[in-house]
Amino acid sequence: MAKAKSPLLTRPEGLYCPSGDFYIDPMRPVKRALVTHAHADHARAGHGAVLATRQTLDLMAIRYGDDFAGARQVADGEMTLGDTRVSFHPAGHVLGSAQISVTAEGQRVTVSGDYARVANPSCAEWEPVPCDIFVTEATFGLPVFRHPDPAGEAEKLLASVAAFPERAHIVGAYSLGKAQRVIMLLRQAGWDAPIYIHGALQRICDYHIAQGVALGDLRPATDDSMKKADFAGQIIIAPPSAFEATWAQRFPDPVLAFASGWMSVRARARQRGVELPLVISDHVDWADLTRTIDELNPAETWVTHGREDAVIRWCELQGRAARPLHLAGYEDEAE
Amino acid sequence: MKDFAALLERLAFTPQRNGKLRLLAQYFAAVSDPERGLALAALTGDLKLRAVTPSLLRGLVAERVDPELFAISYDFVGDLAETIALIWPEPDTPPNDPDLPLPQLVEEFQTTGKAGLPALIASRLDALNPSERYAYLKLATGGMRVGVSARLARAALSEYGGLPLTEIEEIWHGLTPPYLELFGWAEGGAKPEAAALAPFRPVMLSTATDLDALKALDPAEYAAEWKWDGIRVQAVSDQGTRRLYSRTGEDIGGAFPDLLDRLDFDGVIDGELLVRRGDQVGTFGELQQRLNRKTVSKKLLESHPAGLRGYDLLIWGGEDLRALPFDNRRARLDLAITGLADPQIDASPLLEFATWDDLAALRADPPDAVIEGVMIKRRDSPYLAGRMKGPWFKWKRDPLVIDAVLLYAQRGHGKRSGYYSDFTFGVWDGDELVPVGKAYFGFTDEELKALDRFVRNNTVDRYGPVRAVKPSKVVEVAFEGLNRSARHKSGVAMRFPRISRIRDDKPAAEADRIETLRAMLPPEVT
Repeated sequence: MAKAKSPLLTRPEGLYCPSGDFYIDPMRPVKRALVTHAHADHARAGHGAVLATRQTLDLMAIRYGDDFAGARQVADGEMTLGDTRVSFHPAGHVLGSAQISVTAEGQRVTVSGDYARVANPSCAEWEPVPCDIFVTEATFGLPVFRHPDPAGEAEKLLASVAAFPERAHIVGAYSLGKAQRVIMLLRQAGWDAPIYIHGALQRICDYHIAQGVALGDLRPATDDSMKKADFAGQIIIAPPSAFEATWAQRFPDPVLAFASGWMSVRARARQRGVELPLVISDHVDWADLTRTIDELNPAETWVTHGREDAVIRWCELQGRAARPLHLAGYEDEAE
Repeated sequence: MKDFAALLERLAFTPQRNGKLRLLAQYFAAVSDPERGLALAALTGDLKLRAVTPSLLRGLVAERVDPELFAISYDFVGDLAETIALIWPEPDTPPNDPDLPLPQLVEEFQTTGKAGLPALIASRLDALNPSERYAYLKLATGGMRVGVSARLARAALSEYGGLPLTEIEEIWHGLTPPYLELFGWAEGGAKPEAAALAPFRPVMLSTATDLDALKALDPAEYAAEWKWDGIRVQAVSDQGTRRLYSRTGEDIGGAFPDLLDRLDFDGVIDGELLVRRGDQVGTFGELQQRLNRKTVSKKLLESHPAGLRGYDLLIWGGEDLRALPFDNRRARLDLAITGLADPQIDASPLLEFATWDDLAALRADPPDAVIEGVMIKRRDSPYLAGRMKGPWFKWKRDPLVIDAVLLYAQRGHGKRSGYYSDFTFGVWDGDELVPVGKAYFGFTDEELKALDRFVRNNTVDRYGPVRAVKPSKVVEVAFEGLNRSARHKSGVAMRFPRISRIRDDKPAAEADRIETLRAMLPPEVT
């Protein structure tokens, strides 16, 4: 039997499907893009047409403005694009995140985008999508990454608030996904007090609330009626870039925390100048990544953005066919 | 082990001293004996366990993890114990997260023979979670490196129990892990007896002064002496046991066997540790070469002989003199030292002066380069523990100053979060600016805001929390002295540098040159 043509190819613009004439998460403007989720390195503005989940499209509009693409289409069930069939399935990463299943050239491919398998109350849970080729991210694709129970990390934060009641706690968290995740973890840990948020989080948090994610009492951290001392014992959530800005000068002797999967490695946390590292990740860790490959049992695994070499090595040890995709442009740090 | 692992993690990321003290005090309150005492000893490096070698650990992990995956991981993480803690494969049936007691883990290390060690460590790693594994491996290999010195530990105990720090210092030597008597005292029990011979006595300290402040005082009530630029020490000899303590009670005698040999008396002398060759006094830089050594070579003993210059006499021949007035103690010191007749031990001479201006003139023109100012002591002052304002003053010589250019800035912590407050500065070496030091104080809050603004508006590069700035801001840097340094590219190392002024009036091209700094170096000893 002649070897089937590859259903997906890598091009400078990103991952391309010739028989459907579309890209998945392209880095550059293209005629037609399928977008897994609304993080900036996957969802870029300026495409001719975008097909994504309703929530991803809404979040892209919030971030880029309503005219972020020429045309947009909401993913709905199984759809036909050219000679392919495509469908979107929850990825458990951030609100609206999806894996994209593509059937082309007689093969089923699941492009996972970014995905996570631990319960995350701010988005729908990951579900397995059977496939011949599994395209996996490898952000935390090293055996040293074993994300702890996130509830324990929230407790760590609350213990620090109790230990240093005269100080403010600023938690650095990316504005889409991580920030809401941290807020939900705090709510689940019983923190009912107001949580103060940086202005950059406001619209995205509002959208989560509108979508039924119960974030509770959120208040702007820049509220002029709050004096510096009023923030003692309070929790403030901000994008990590705010640590560097003069914005951080308004809080009393703040403890800087950072919520990220990278925080399990001390050198990474030190680099960030963090005092309280919180290992909270929206990606699969090593155990979940390898378990997922085992469970899906694809004929081939393609590995993209992250530590490809370690995942490929693991597949090799397991006798699994695997290859790196070498797609440029996805941010290692965007966690 | 869970509490200890959590403490270790917080300490590792808490740079401020006060934060560390709080965390330690809270840990002491939360856990019981003997765990807290063992933890304390582990942090300060006083817990002597059988050293587990890196090669033993590498061997253990090689049996469980593919070498290539381990190599990729180690390369990413950068620390062996941390890599192993993170990568250790958890058993198929994970233990239900038991909290293994720290004392048990410590005892096992002490009682297990070399042959049994690998199996023991492996079984423990199987039962611990990653953060505990890290703590366990650091315990095994020694070297916590979380910035907890014995001194900081004593301060934490003082905070925890509301005990006077000086009294803890006094009994510290002679106590051993797990410090049960000490924790008992902190919780309302009896103060432990100073059990060891030749204990440390809390040192009397001075506060800074200047001519204006002195003018309000009657010079006749004060004695004055040179402030030598060595290390303030307490030399103790007690029934054959001899110790040399720093002013915070660290026993530094191990690095100075030659001086210990000379402590042929029964008593306690407060004085300055100096390198001395006859009448010639070595610089602080020369003294530094003798510090922190486990063994001292014969060559170094000959080239850099240690000496003691006495300031005060606390105890002599079994008699405690501390309650006597300074004048009396000082007279007893002169007698005692004359009696010793040792060329390497003498008394620091008292200065003759009638007015403060006389003293100012002496201070301005000291007879030796290794003098860093004058000490002024009330003639009737008893020897008291600690630093109180009044009886003793230090009047240091004016600092050295240079004009340097800001090169890098790093964000501060705690109250300085959000401010660029740690500065690296440099001077001209040919056409290049070469870094010569770092300073993070000396400026006012207003000046800090101005410097922060400058950094933000003039950043040319970023390295993590560090920014390189356009070399255009000149600052006056004050410092107490300069040493030669092979570790710094510039070849010099400043003592106690701080930013004393912002020189907005000066363009960068007119900042000082490295030649100016080199001329400030003490003469090289051959």
